Amino acid sequence: MTIVAPNRAAVAGLVEELPERKRSLPGIALDFCRRQPLGTFGLLIVVIMFVAGVSAGWIAPYDPEENDFNAMMEAPSWAHVLGTDQLGRDIFSRLVYGARTALIVGFSAAFVGGAIGLVLGVSSAYFGGWFDLGFQRVLDVLMAFPLIILALAVVAVFGTGVFNVILAITIPLIPRCGRVVRASALAVREIPYVDAARALGFGHARIVLRHMVPNVVAPFLIMLSAFVGQAILAEASLSYLGLGVQEPVPAWGLMLQGGAEEYATTAPWIAVFPGLAIMLTVLGISLFGDALRDAIDPKLRDR
Amino acid sequence: MNLRTGLWTAGLGLAAVIAASSAGAQTPKRGGTLTYMISADASPSFDGHRETTFATVHAVAPYYSVLIRVPPDNPASTTEFVCDLCTEMPKPTDGGKTYTFKIRQDVKWHDGSKLTAKDVLASWNKIVFPPQGITSARVSYYSMVEKIEAPDDATVVFRLKYPSAAFIPALADPFTWIYKKETLDKDPHWYEKNIMGSGPFKFVSYAIGQSIKGVRNPDYYHKGQPYLDAIEGIFAAKQSVRVDALRGDRAAVEFRGMPPSARDELVKEAGKDIVVQDSDWNCGNIITFNQKKKPFDDVRVRRALALAVDQWKGAPALSKIAIVRSVGGIVFPGSPLAATKEELQQMAGYWPDIEKARAEAKRLLKEAGAENLKFELTNRNVDQPYKFVGTWLIGEWKKIGVQVEQKVVPTGPWFQAMRGGTFDVVVDANCQSVVNPALDTGKYLPQKVYPESYGGYDDPKSIELYNKMLYETDPKAQRAAMRVYEKHTLDTMAHSIITPYWYRIVPVRSYVKGWKISPSHYLNQDLANIWLDR
Amino acid sequence: MYRYIVKRLLLAVPTLVGAAALVFVLMRLIPGDVCVIRLGSGGAHVDPASVEACRQQLGLNNPMIVQFLDFLWSYISLDFGTSMWSGHPVTEEIAARLPVSLQIALMATVIAVLIAIPLGTISALKENTWLDHVVRMVAIAGIATPSFWLGIMSLVLVLDITYLATGKAWMPPIDYVPFWQDPIRNLSIVMLPAITVGYRYSAVTMRMTRSAMLEVLREDYIRTARSKGLLEQIVVNRHALKNALLPVVTLIGIEFAFLIGGLVVTEQVFNLNGIGRLFVQAVQNQDNVLTQALVMLVVVIFVVTNLVVDLLYAWLDPRIRFS
Repeated sequence: MTIVAPNRAAVAGLVEELPERKRSLPGIALDFCRRQPLGTFGLLIVVIMFVAGVSAGWIAPYDPEENDFNAMMEAPSWAHVLGTDQLGRDIFSRLVYGARTALIVGFSAAFVGGAIGLVLGVSSAYFGGWFDLGFQRVLDVLMAFPLIILALAVVAVFGTGVFNVILAITIPLIPRCGRVVRASALAVREIPYVDAARALGFGHARIVLRHMVPNVVAPFLIMLSAFVGQAILAEASLSYLGLGVQEPVPAWGLMLQGGAEEYATTAPWIAVFPGLAIMLTVLGISLFGDALRDAIDPKLRDR
Repeated sequence: MNLRTGLWTAGLGLAAVIAASSAGAQTPKRGGTLTYMISADASPSFDGHRETTFATVHAVAPYYSVLIRVPPDNPASTTEFVCDLCTEMPKPTDGGKTYTFKIRQDVKWHDGSKLTAKDVLASWNKIVFPPQGITSARVSYYSMVEKIEAPDDATVVFRLKYPSAAFIPALADPFTWIYKKETLDKDPHWYEKNIMGSGPFKFVSYAIGQSIKGVRNPDYYHKGQPYLDAIEGIFAAKQSVRVDALRGDRAAVEFRGMPPSARDELVKEAGKDIVVQDSDWNCGNIITFNQKKKPFDDVRVRRALALAVDQWKGAPALSKIAIVRSVGGIVFPGSPLAATKEELQQMAGYWPDIEKARAEAKRLLKEAGAENLKFELTNRNVDQPYKFVGTWLIGEWKKIGVQVEQKVVPTGPWFQAMRGGTFDVVVDANCQSVVNPALDTGKYLPQKVYPESYGGYDDPKSIELYNKMLYETDPKAQRAAMRVYEKHTLDTMAHSIITPYWYRIVPVRSYVKGWKISPSHYLNQDLANIWLDR
Repeated sequence: MYRYIVKRLLLAVPTLVGAAALVFVLMRLIPGDVCVIRLGSGGAHVDPASVEACRQQLGLNNPMIVQFLDFLWSYISLDFGTSMWSGHPVTEEIAARLPVSLQIALMATVIAVLIAIPLGTISALKENTWLDHVVRMVAIAGIATPSFWLGIMSLVLVLDITYLATGKAWMPPIDYVPFWQDPIRNLSIVMLPAITVGYRYSAVTMRMTRSAMLEVLREDYIRTARSKGLLEQIVVNRHALKNALLPVVTLIGIEFAFLIGGLVVTEQVFNLNGIGRLFVQAVQNQDNVLTQALVMLVVVIFVVTNLVVDLLYAWLDPRIRFS
């Protein structure tokens, strides 16, 4: 067999899918809140950020891209709740619009990267043989490859902008997802009913999509939650190096670059608030992801 | 005169004496090590003939001599040049085509041997007529030079193809270091990785990517100098590090220039331990339109974009956060050839009434059928001041309904975009070392005359006006001709938008004396006249 | 076992070639080249003849396939080339900067091991108590915080605190000296970056230790031992820890390989002359030779680390070894 710790959990998940007593959705939710207080707290944070991003147009008191040369680098006050940055732009407004950018980048990169990784990982496990070997090598290359070069190439060729940043961040997520999914899928492949399905003449695609994928969904979803957080952090790093989203688009990572560092001692609010926003959001997503994992299957302790 | 008046006068006189003695000439103290920051990553090589980055000058210039240079005690002068290796500034003969330099006889290389005119000749030949396989970055500056000769060990003669007022300023270029002929003969690439010169300091060591150290040259021919025992240059590309280093007295100075925020922070926290020198900088960002792309081939669109920008309000605001300050036209603001405020206000982009200007801009856009103009502004991935200027301009253009997206790319692709003409509008730069407006304003000519002009336009009238200005010998007439050329470039044709000129702010720890700021960060960097007051 | 090692080594070859091809193609996709940057960065004249001569000399005008074959061949013959930017051999450039990065990486690892494993263990032993929750929050915060932001904030804190306390702002020295030359100065330079990088590293390790311990603690034999009394409990807990350490050790190994990514931004913040900063410089200068060398170095470290970790895993877990 292969050198993989046996993923008992996925198998166990199959067995425990036997019919249970029906529970209503609100019931499940309340149960979750009770058992996983930290996870609920995390979910709350994410929901707040989500709402902030969606309603940014209404709750932002100023235009996030409007320079105001009469109010540069002002400390937090009644007029500007979180202060202004070096060009006089209101930080609170930029934060809520930035929430939009962060969540778009985070979720897009995570979902697209995750989806591609999922399909590729499962297919690779299913088909095995040369396809699997070759795919593993490609995964190795992409995993080891430093993000900064990928990002620089994408920027140089396609230019900057939210879409290109998502593209650059998605690529490293694919192999990470693919690896874990492949490991889970390998365990499932040995189950007799897959052979039975083949014997019955079901097509590859159908078996992969309808039988294998659902059984790796549990670890996959938990991984997704980690990915969203990692994507947001990656955007911050890339913006810090100047390879991410560009001025004057409001984005948390971008707000930490340039002016924030320069004025870190004289106007610390420029750097502190976006950093806190990133930290809280990723924290919330991670807490929720952890709680989700604990709730779905307590025996599931893999990373 | 009664007693009171007498005492008054005596008091005033005493005050005057005290003021005079504290204001001026203190005697330089010898000794000490100067630690300074170099605001870049390490330069690629040590060969000044080949490199163009200021990091090369800041790191390596103290070890070499040059033929002529700007005066170290008045580097801001735009007209004066003095000898380093020569004995006196020559008058051109032969109708202005021949310059004969007499070389000092008391100069020694750091390895002990004597420097002669043959070394000067070999170095200048390498710069102006580089042999096969050798890169010289400045060949085009000396296109007027026909031949260089050294008839004996103490004389170097430059023969020009035609008389040119641009020759002497070009000769004072801070990268034209003098190398030893014997070494060049053996290995012309030797100076790329090694340092051996005749300058005020002797090279000691280089830690790759980190720091460069030197000690005093005891045989330096400018007697009495250098005052410092040793120097150490530390490379630091990140500004926050440089500011912190100055604040914590880990370094005494950084010679490029810091933004106003850094100066304010240092002054606030270090108080009288920091002295600030500042000066207009012979550098500026200009906005170049790609006139090969619609609608930038329409002068109305270009004029509209120029009119929309509120220079007079923007400059003071930007000067608080970015290294820019003075609104100017195509000529460096400190030069006698520069336009006055009233003259500027006649041109598009400098109108005193911004509402009127923006209304006119909107009207022009409508007339040209480009009302909902959207384009991409290509910018260089450098914070100060490129990205600040870009963000400011986008805000200004938004006010006439133009939507601009900024495309920020690293230096390589930025160059490529300009040279390949693959941009809409680009934030270009015009940076020169020695102030030489007659040459510096060539940037706005069509590309077939000036290769670094990236607007992709042809304009014979522009060439005609420029030449008229260039060959004018009477200063008053030259100034008038410059105004005509400037108006044509910025107002009539709106080939470029000149954003506020850069401003050089150099905070220095108060114990560093002797260094004077100049309009260029390439000049006056051999550190020979610096001394430490502690 | 040997067959396994040989097989893995052979499998590593396509990975290396693939990485080489990828970096080669990506670098050449970027418009512009090192010559233009080097000769024109002042913004003043760029002499086209000089640029052309430079390109010719560096082989940038050769057809792509020739350049690629040159690249592959040079690596096979163990000549890693000279940097296009500085002309120094690549090995020299890297060797000069390796000590700083290695020291930070090792210190971060030490911090991670010394702090994370005990904390993670305690957290697992005291599951669902307030101590557990606090440790978990601290760990998750470590994963959620952008490391460069942490670096900036910590520098500012140090400057402000020393200023308030003594009236003179203190910052770490900026020119690196090796440990044996001046231990105190060396440590004062490396301490803050190591903590910045180490925080995230230890957070990840802490979580893994906790979850691995929890899994082992649920085993039946542990519960039986616990019910037997205190002494048995201690013995068994130690046994449990040993078993739990297996995935933790493999995780530490894998994360070590990823430290390079963290070093890139951290070295920018603290202006350290390390591999991460060299990376950024090489890429920005479009120094193809140096960038390629650095990428290959990272990939080799990655492949070797994975191999060692897998071997360790197989050796320590008989179930896998004999499968």
